[in-house]
Amino acid sequence: MLEPLVFYTLAAFIIGFGVLVVTTRNTVHCVLFLVANFLCVAMVYVLLAAEFLAIIQILVYAGGIVVLYLFVVMLVNLQRPPDAVPTRGRQSRAGFALAAVMLAEISAILVFSAARPAPAAASALPATSGVGNTEVVGMLLYSDYLVPFEVASMLLLVAMVGAIILARKEA
Amino acid sequence: MTSTYLLPLLKIVVILNAVLVSVTFMTLLERKVIAWVQVRLGPMRVGPYGTLQPIADAIKLLLKEDITPVRADKWVFTIAPIVSMVPALIAFAVIPFDREASIFGYRVPLFVADINVGLLYLVSITSIGVYGIILAGYASNSKFPLLAGLRASAQLISYEIAVTMMLVSMVVMSGTLSMVGIVDAQYNAHVWYAFVQPVAFVILFIGGLAETNRAPFDLPEAEQELTGGFHTEYSGMRFALFFLAEYANMIVVSAVATTLFLGGWLRPFPNVAWLGVLDFVPGWIWFLLKTFVFVYVFLWIRATLPRYRYDQLMRLGWKVLIPLGIANLIVTATLKVLL
Amino acid sequence: MSLFDTTELTLNMGPQHPSTHGVLRVVLRLDGERVVGCDVVIGYLHRGIEKLCEHRDWQQIVLLTDRMDYVAAASNNLGYVETVEKLMSLEVPRRAQYIRVILAELQRVASHCLWLGTHAMDIGAMTVFLYAFRERELVLDLFEEYCGARLTYNAMRIGGLPLDIPSGWDRKVRAFCDVLEQKIPEYEELLTHNRIWRDRTTGIGVISGADALAIGLTGPALRGSGVAHDIRKDEPYAAYAEFDFDVPIGTAGDTYDRYLVRLEEFYQSVRIIRQALDGLPEGPIVGKVPRLIKPPAGETYHAIEAPKGELGYFIVSDGKSNSPYRFRVRPPSFCNLQALPRLVQGHLVSDVVALIGSLDIVLGEVDR
Repeated sequence: MLEPLVFYTLAAFIIGFGVLVVTTRNTVHCVLFLVANFLCVAMVYVLLAAEFLAIIQILVYAGGIVVLYLFVVMLVNLQRPPDAVPTRGRQSRAGFALAAVMLAEISAILVFSAARPAPAAASALPATSGVGNTEVVGMLLYSDYLVPFEVASMLLLVAMVGAIILARKEA
Repeated sequence: MTSTYLLPLLKIVVILNAVLVSVTFMTLLERKVIAWVQVRLGPMRVGPYGTLQPIADAIKLLLKEDITPVRADKWVFTIAPIVSMVPALIAFAVIPFDREASIFGYRVPLFVADINVGLLYLVSITSIGVYGIILAGYASNSKFPLLAGLRASAQLISYEIAVTMMLVSMVVMSGTLSMVGIVDAQYNAHVWYAFVQPVAFVILFIGGLAETNRAPFDLPEAEQELTGGFHTEYSGMRFALFFLAEYANMIVVSAVATTLFLGGWLRPFPNVAWLGVLDFVPGWIWFLLKTFVFVYVFLWIRATLPRYRYDQLMRLGWKVLIPLGIANLIVTATLKVLL
Repeated sequence: MSLFDTTELTLNMGPQHPSTHGVLRVVLRLDGERVVGCDVVIGYLHRGIEKLCEHRDWQQIVLLTDRMDYVAAASNNLGYVETVEKLMSLEVPRRAQYIRVILAELQRVASHCLWLGTHAMDIGAMTVFLYAFRERELVLDLFEEYCGARLTYNAMRIGGLPLDIPSGWDRKVRAFCDVLEQKIPEYEELLTHNRIWRDRTTGIGVISGADALAIGLTGPALRGSGVAHDIRKDEPYAAYAEFDFDVPIGTAGDTYDRYLVRLEEFYQSVRIIRQALDGLPEGPIVGKVPRLIKPPAGETYHAIEAPKGELGYFIVSDGKSNSPYRFRVRPPSFCNLQALPRLVQGHLVSDVVALIGSLDIVLGEVDR
């Protein structure tokens, strides 16, 4: 009884904060609503018994990436250009069209996946063996998904080196 | 029913109260300890030997005028101290003071929650705590607090990496992320991890100093440098919240260091039977004693060492602690696999 | 890569600032955190001492000189009375010379204690401040016993001293010397080999010996850059020629070397005081001085080695009036402060504070 209640409350918050992110004028407030959004998503992960994912969501997303957003926003000091006029024309129509396409796609996926049950393969591991979410993620990541993991770390390394080179002062 | 809702609630109330009171009196402890190091007496007037000084300070701060700068972002200005304080407090949810204690005949575990990702939870809470400083610097709408806030948060983020790597080393050593599990692992290994992992111990402590903005890494708050840093525009109770958050963070770091390296609630030499005579001292007393030792070392270091300049601080974090941390992690993991 | 438009930030430090040691205003132009320009604004403590002296008679001026370098007042007094004695060609008895040396060296110790405490506190080592002031208190107690005052002594007279030393005072001075020699290793333990202290002070504010001479630095700031210039050795005054002491010289010309020079000067001052006490002659403490002091017409310049550098007095007397015609002071802090814009170039804001402390200035002297 409690779980659906918590879930729907969190879902409402997630959607609410998401809407606030795209509609707020003040950029710093936008970013802060994004943080709140991520924290609610982390709580949903906890509800799904994926505690490792929840903590990593907070640690990496809310605690790392959004901090970076905040740094940039504060230092760059974004302002609306004085001659900006709200365009209620082409952009809104394109936006609605895109949203409609996304909605159709998601409904199609949901309908098709409800009709066809998902393969039971990978999900057999976790629930029964009493091992926590962390261990399962670890085992999967380093056995079945090793190549994507290594590719991702290589990508991060390249990004880091690139950032350092860009930021280095010319001697 | 009681055990799922009432008991944790009670424990939360007790722990929060205990933390807030001890944080208030830690201000007095700091002033006294630093005074004694400096051949002075510290506060002596309020109460016997100045022991009621924190109460006077609290009353003063509550009665102060609450000033908000004119063009400051009001909402952000208000929530910044809260965002600083809350992570410091909720970190206590996973800190185990003892495995079990008898309170009025009931066997009560002395921690609010033993989640199986306890250590990871602490790390994520620390990274949320960075927001308080950034928002405080931004919301004051003045260039010095903004720069100071950004500098402080960059410092925190850099040292978080070193600290997290040390925590990971301890996870490798003990095989579990749960705080209670780590203490159990030390009991089973017959040794406190401080003796097995001295490098991790030292790096964790230094990283903890930097994470809590304490000397010698307290440049963001140094009055001599940037006139008050990120909390220049704060007065009254909001200012107090920042300071209480800093002291609460100090206690959290000390408690984590105690749990990970000094065996938590275990008495010295827990497996040596003939020292069982020490068992009349309950585990949580050992825990508090060890935490107190760390807190004292925090204060001692503040009284003694000069302050690092910002670029030297960052250089220490990135070029010294992180490579050492990585090396420690690799060596730990290798030895763990081989042995 | 100049894609980003960066502007210079102007940062104003002072006149009310915890670490500018008085009412000094430093306007810094920063590029990020590096200092690209520095303007020093002084004058907040100007009291017109030089002009006032033109309307005080020669003995009253001693009181005014106390208030210039208020940290080391007796040195100011000494410089002034020696200048007037030079103008009048007065002979000062040997006992008075010895006691003057003792007082001047005690002042050096007291001034360096204050310097050490404030310099360390600026860099973050708060405890050294308390320890250094503990020793300074002992010196102030000695002075209080001698002349009744702790800060502004009025401790010299033209031709000698106002008072002879009280009985037992020399034993107390000896005891103080012993205490000081035990305490200085405490400061060294806390600072000299401390990794953080060395990181904060080595390589900061480097100035070569030639540049230092060209810009007019004197005192420990000059000696830290390797120039062996100490007026007590080069042009001895009072009884310094009779004592055996060394003058510490630095090599690198950075803040750390200036720190080491002043620390060693503690030991040398103790050495001089002990020699003076051992050889203290009997005799009068005031020479043959006319009742009304009226130097003959003429001008002279005389300098002493004050704790902060070369303290010089240029006095013009017209031979007729009771006051000097022109009274000009060459304060060491004023001339040393000129080097500040040059020293802070390219350093960070945190270093500015360290450098102001390293130059050891006192605003009473800078502004007069």
